[in-house]
Amino acid sequence: MKVKLVNRIAGTFLVLIAAVPVGAHHGNAAFDSDKRVTMKGTVTEWFWANPHCFLQFDVKEDSGNVVHWVAETSNPPDMINHGWSKGSLKVGDQVTITVIPVKNGKPIGRIAAVVLPNGQTLDGGFGGLPGAAGRNSGAAK
Amino acid sequence: MTRGLVASAVALGLVSVLSPPARTQDVPRQPGAVYDFDRKGENPAPAPRHDLTGVWEPAGGPSAGVQATGAGQMPSDGKPEHELPFTPLGRQTFIAHKPTFGVTQVPSALTNDPMPGCNPQGFPRIVLHNFRTSRIIQTPENVVILYEFNKKWRVIWTDGRQLPKDPEAPTWGQPDPPESRWWGYSVGKWVDDNTFVAESNGFDDRTWLDNAGRPHSDGLHVIERYHRPDRDHLEMTITIDDPKMYTRPWVAVRLRLRLQVPTFDIREMECAPIETEEYNKEFAEPAAGIDSK
Repeated sequence: MKVKLVNRIAGTFLVLIAAVPVGAHHGNAAFDSDKRVTMKGTVTEWFWANPHCFLQFDVKEDSGNVVHWVAETSNPPDMINHGWSKGSLKVGDQVTITVIPVKNGKPIGRIAAVVLPNGQTLDGGFGGLPGAAGRNSGAAK
Repeated sequence: MTRGLVASAVALGLVSVLSPPARTQDVPRQPGAVYDFDRKGENPAPAPRHDLTGVWEPAGGPSAGVQATGAGQMPSDGKPEHELPFTPLGRQTFIAHKPTFGVTQVPSALTNDPMPGCNPQGFPRIVLHNFRTSRIIQTPENVVILYEFNKKWRVIWTDGRQLPKDPEAPTWGQPDPPESRWWGYSVGKWVDDNTFVAESNGFDDRTWLDNAGRPHSDGLHVIERYHRPDRDHLEMTITIDDPKMYTRPWVAVRLRLRLQVPTFDIREMECAPIETEEYNKEFAEPAAGIDSK
């Protein structure tokens, strides 16, 4: 498994793309919604369930250290509306993932987007792309 | 590791904005559903008389009924026009609530939201928080609404009974005042050919009105208005009337719905404690700085 961090990008910027996630039961307070981190990783679990799906994956840094990440999406109905499915990700898939990280520095975040092994990009719905909107800013479920 | 990430951070935001990933579909949508943006310039048939039956989807898109930061007409966003007419008790109760969204939001680990863990959100929160695809069924005695969100349903009686209020004249097969209910007691009637109005009371006051922690008391009275302007649309208006918490009634939701084909299959969206537990252990608690593993 040769996976390395392709971007170490966590800059602060204005939220030009309104952070209007499709769903999130647990609110925005834990997340650094102005940041994005993009990396390559290997899927270790894709949990497809309410209240939220989440993806577990390993990222190998340049130093060789492997970091285990967990990143959530919204619930299955919302993700289907964005083109995802229970079969979108499989254990062992090597993917490029952009996450909105948590503030506490742990390797945890929300998925803004995933590029699948076949090159297809899936919008995570958490403000990574325009159009993933609830009626109000913030998320729901 | 993360310190390294942050230390090497550059203008990711700019990168993200300038180079958004390609999208798999242009507009988020529920497969098989029809929205108003699919039928621009349409001329729908007239509405049938006294008929709400069918599968109804938010007309503006699948997330048009998702009200993350509070009731759609009055979100908790700090804008003066969205300030609710709290009584002193209402404001005190609102401040005591610790939601995960809105101007009083706290990290999830600190919330006292009564809903997580698959506890009942009840009515009207299901509509003020997360109105998704719903099926309405009419019988001679009632209107039944089947909600996708958390797979819930409720009955609005149309057989002429009154809301429970008189201990000497029970109308619901049990003495009044009734036991409180998560979903309240609801009755309704047609006020014209295409407008149905329902009223509800008898609520359990442990629930919140919305996702932003707006409170209600056991004296909550909810007015629902369903107006069908044509065959394909239904306009839902929800008004909150709770003199203990608010100095006047206020409109919480105005949502336009669109009729779907009768064969439309509403997806399952169940709140399963076993899945919630897994989610909390693997994601929510670590995200909040709690390590239970």
